[in-house]
Amino acid sequence: MNGPIRKVSVVVMIMFLALMLNSSYAYVFRTDALTNDPNNRRVRDAQFGTDRGDILVGNTPVVTSKPSNDRYEYQRVYSQAPLYAPVTGYYSFLYGSAGLEQSQNQALSGAGDAQFLQRMVDLATGKKPTGASIQTTLDARAQRAAYRALNGRPGAVVALDYSTGEVRAMVSTPSYDPNSLATHDLDAAQKNWTSLNKDSDQPMLNRAAKNVYPPGSTFKVVTSAAALESGMNENTSIPAPASYKLPNSTAVIKNAGSCGGAQISLKQALQVSCNSAFAGLGVRLGDGAIRKQAEAFGFGKTQLSDIGAVPSRFPEKPDAAQTAMSAIGQFEVAATPLQMAMVAAGVANDGVVMDPYIVSQVRGADLSVLSTRSPRQLSRAMSAQNARQLKDMMINVVQNGTGRRAQVSGVTVGGKTGTAKSDGRRPPYAWFIAFSDNPQVAVAVFVQDSGATTAETSGGRFAGPIAAAVIEALR
Amino acid sequence: MAEVIVYRKRGFVSLLMLMLAIALCFGGYALTHLNQYGALTGDWFVVPAAFGGIALVVWLVIVWRLPYADPLLLPCVVALNGIGLAMIHRLDLATDPPMKSAELQLMWVAISAALMCLLVVFLRDHRRLQRYTYVWFVAGLVLLLMPLLPVVGSENHGARIWIRIGQFSFQPAEIAKIILSIAFAAYLTEKRDVLALAGHRFLGIDFPRARDLGPILIMWGASLLVLVFQKDLGTTLLFFGLFVMMIYVATERPSWALLGFLMLIGMGVLGYTLFDHVKVRFGSWLDPFANYDQNLQVINAQFGFAWGGLFGTGWGLGRPYLTPLAKNDFISAAIGEELGLFGLFAVIMIFALIVARVMRAALAAREPFGKLLAAGLAFVFALQVFVIIGGVTRLLPLTGLTTPFVSQGGSSLVANYLLLGLMVTITHQGRRPHVDVSPDEYVSLAGDATQSMSAVAPRGAVSSATRSRPQDDVNEALGPRPDPADFEAPTELVGRDGQGAPRPAAGMAGPGAAGVGAAGASVARPPEAGAEAPTEVVGVAGPNRDPGADAPTEVVGGAGAARPRPSAWADYDGDDGEATQALDPVDIPRKDEEDPR
Repeated sequence: MNGPIRKVSVVVMIMFLALMLNSSYAYVFRTDALTNDPNNRRVRDAQFGTDRGDILVGNTPVVTSKPSNDRYEYQRVYSQAPLYAPVTGYYSFLYGSAGLEQSQNQALSGAGDAQFLQRMVDLATGKKPTGASIQTTLDARAQRAAYRALNGRPGAVVALDYSTGEVRAMVSTPSYDPNSLATHDLDAAQKNWTSLNKDSDQPMLNRAAKNVYPPGSTFKVVTSAAALESGMNENTSIPAPASYKLPNSTAVIKNAGSCGGAQISLKQALQVSCNSAFAGLGVRLGDGAIRKQAEAFGFGKTQLSDIGAVPSRFPEKPDAAQTAMSAIGQFEVAATPLQMAMVAAGVANDGVVMDPYIVSQVRGADLSVLSTRSPRQLSRAMSAQNARQLKDMMINVVQNGTGRRAQVSGVTVGGKTGTAKSDGRRPPYAWFIAFSDNPQVAVAVFVQDSGATTAETSGGRFAGPIAAAVIEALR
Repeated sequence: MAEVIVYRKRGFVSLLMLMLAIALCFGGYALTHLNQYGALTGDWFVVPAAFGGIALVVWLVIVWRLPYADPLLLPCVVALNGIGLAMIHRLDLATDPPMKSAELQLMWVAISAALMCLLVVFLRDHRRLQRYTYVWFVAGLVLLLMPLLPVVGSENHGARIWIRIGQFSFQPAEIAKIILSIAFAAYLTEKRDVLALAGHRFLGIDFPRARDLGPILIMWGASLLVLVFQKDLGTTLLFFGLFVMMIYVATERPSWALLGFLMLIGMGVLGYTLFDHVKVRFGSWLDPFANYDQNLQVINAQFGFAWGGLFGTGWGLGRPYLTPLAKNDFISAAIGEELGLFGLFAVIMIFALIVARVMRAALAAREPFGKLLAAGLAFVFALQVFVIIGGVTRLLPLTGLTTPFVSQGGSSLVANYLLLGLMVTITHQGRRPHVDVSPDEYVSLAGDATQSMSAVAPRGAVSSATRSRPQDDVNEALGPRPDPADFEAPTELVGRDGQGAPRPAAGMAGPGAAGVGAAGASVARPPEAGAEAPTEVVGVAGPNRDPGADAPTEVVGGAGAARPRPSAWADYDGDDGEATQALDPVDIPRKDEEDPR
């Protein structure tokens, strides 16, 4: 029996070795991820009372840590809280963190790799560690203008510098006050958390990046881009019947008004946002071409890792009728306002989509620069020539078409309206995407509930002026 | 290489190590208090002192009754138990007002230690347990399946592994673990030859006869029942693993291990496809972060390990209480957090040390029952540690088992202290030197042998004996087809370790021990000693005899664990004829008459 006992002993030895190897593996390879996990209460609590770094908009800290005299040494303070809350997020003892507070936690708490040397020095000198501060790309004027223009209606605004990808404004309303969650009065924090979560207006939802909505006619820009890339030009004539009967279906797509003839140019179709023309165009291009174009603009991928924007989507396998609906931004097409801003930005930037970012610099407590973000190209969505044609078509929309309310005197503005109607139970969404040559900015405006009746709601009427206000603010 | 190993009583060394182990408990308590309150508060020392006292009493009892017992087993256990106690106390302090689990645990330590002392005092020789094979079997299965009974059974944390009577709840599987180890060892000691040799060869694998398969199928069925109705993966794994391992050791047939392993896999696949909770367990093993709320416990344990890092946060400075059930199943996570990866490794190494010591005892044991029992206990102990710590550290899917000696829990402590009692008993029997036998007994035994010798030769005589002795079966089974391969095994066995009962000898004519007796005789004694060999055989092969009676074997062997030179083996090989003669199973039956078996 000794032979088998020896073999069993070897098996037992392997079992114990496996335990230790696995633990070692976990220590070496899993510790970082576990420590940075936002749900890790041990780390969160240990960091909660530390002197976290500031979050700056321009030269103004909008989030800072102030000494406090209770069981935690520092209290997080958010100034102009609701305006910046969708970007900064909150930093709460009980509920973890969100937004930049979460994604930049390592730097803010002083635990980042770049701060290693500082930590060693602090350790040696007995100084309490302080976190690095985060410089954002946001522009206070644009941010305030967008917030004011939304005027409490649920919606979102995103403004991008299309030549770099810097996010100049990111507003989501209604918003909330992160101070109410960051308070050291944990009972109050708990009560506020509960009521914020119960609120049917979803004040803690970042509508600009964290949720997708049917983009309606603003998606016709993508369809137009696909058409141009397929070899058409702005003068290509396409059929524009009064109503378009969906293939293999009895349903029809109607137009808001006359499109200006039975055969109209692509430019004219975009100018009047002709549904029947774009539906037919979509079927002619096929869903593959449109999806490819949408993905070239960034659909299907998470964007803006600083915030963690959700991916926008174009349906996987639409039939002909669904393709027609998708081509005008209905059916299952859904996009974040950020994504639609990227579409406008790609067109304005001669077809090159820049990777959007919101953290431009991380600076240590001694103001030394720890890291700087430089602009990166995300993709080339269109050829420069086609992009310029589409740019002209969009300028035409603002000058002569549905987007007139977005005109800003002295600035060349291009844009596209969108009104996403759906089941009729909810009010239609009003959209507007725009760009201007000076300032070089692309804007997406999304108004979830304009407060007007369904018949009156349109992207041009409610969202257009907000885009104009943001462009105006950035001049 | 020493040819003869004479073990010494190592009571003093054991005491030193024991002091070190008790110091660990004191250290844990002191550091916890210092780190939590900045001072040694109140009567912090009471519990560790009482614990140390209990440990010393156990040590005394062992030194008194089993002076040759392995000196390291008790200190290892005390170290684990002390660390566990201190950690439970540390977790007590996390609640306000502090709980008293450590005091309760101490009470259970006292009870367990008392039971263990009783076992040590009254058992003394583990071979007595061999008599009641089927009683153990039935008792073990009843215990194992008890939680399924309607009134007393109770479900807790999703597994029906408890019985509850009034205020007290109890995990019978812990005790069943030991009892079934004994049952398997006893059963397999009897049947191993049949299982190994009789049967049909099919597809290159030897399958046993249907009637011999019975108990195995019952065991498999019981394991399945446990899996299906108690929803307890851990217990299933433990018992089936134990069973497969023991049958492999007993028969020396890898095909058994393979067969058992396949059955285990089959059971796992069946469980996975049929039961949602098994799927959930696998899910939370492979990707716990997919569902924070559901896998809170596992995830929190991971956070704890990460927070503790290499050296740990230190006693009382971590937050192990954030993990649910930190005192029970997840105490290794608490250790990993506060004592770090090194602390966890140290604890694992102490477990490994216990297993290694007992495995050595199994190798050195002088008779098959002791070998099987020691190996089985060591393996089931190791498997339990592997499964629970593996579950906590995400090496395996998590299953609810206690960490022996460390976790909080009365039934676990009682069972594991009884396990310790058996382990020290076996090591004592294995290590103690032979004792000179009084001439009277010697003579009388020799007389027995001589008398019965002739009775053996005819087969009828053997089978006429109305006992279900293994030898009978062996003779039957072996008569027609002796397997040459088996004759070689013993050579290695005895040659290396020099203990009793090599099976091959049995294959030739009867009780295996005779082979050793003969061999030993040819080495260590003058030729005429050969005549005495049978007598000595009795000592070895007759597991039912009084402990004292096995002394003669040792006389022959020359020392506790005599290692005959290879040349001696050559002698043996050449002396088959003589050995056969000497060996006749004869005398064993005789002794049995005294047995109430």
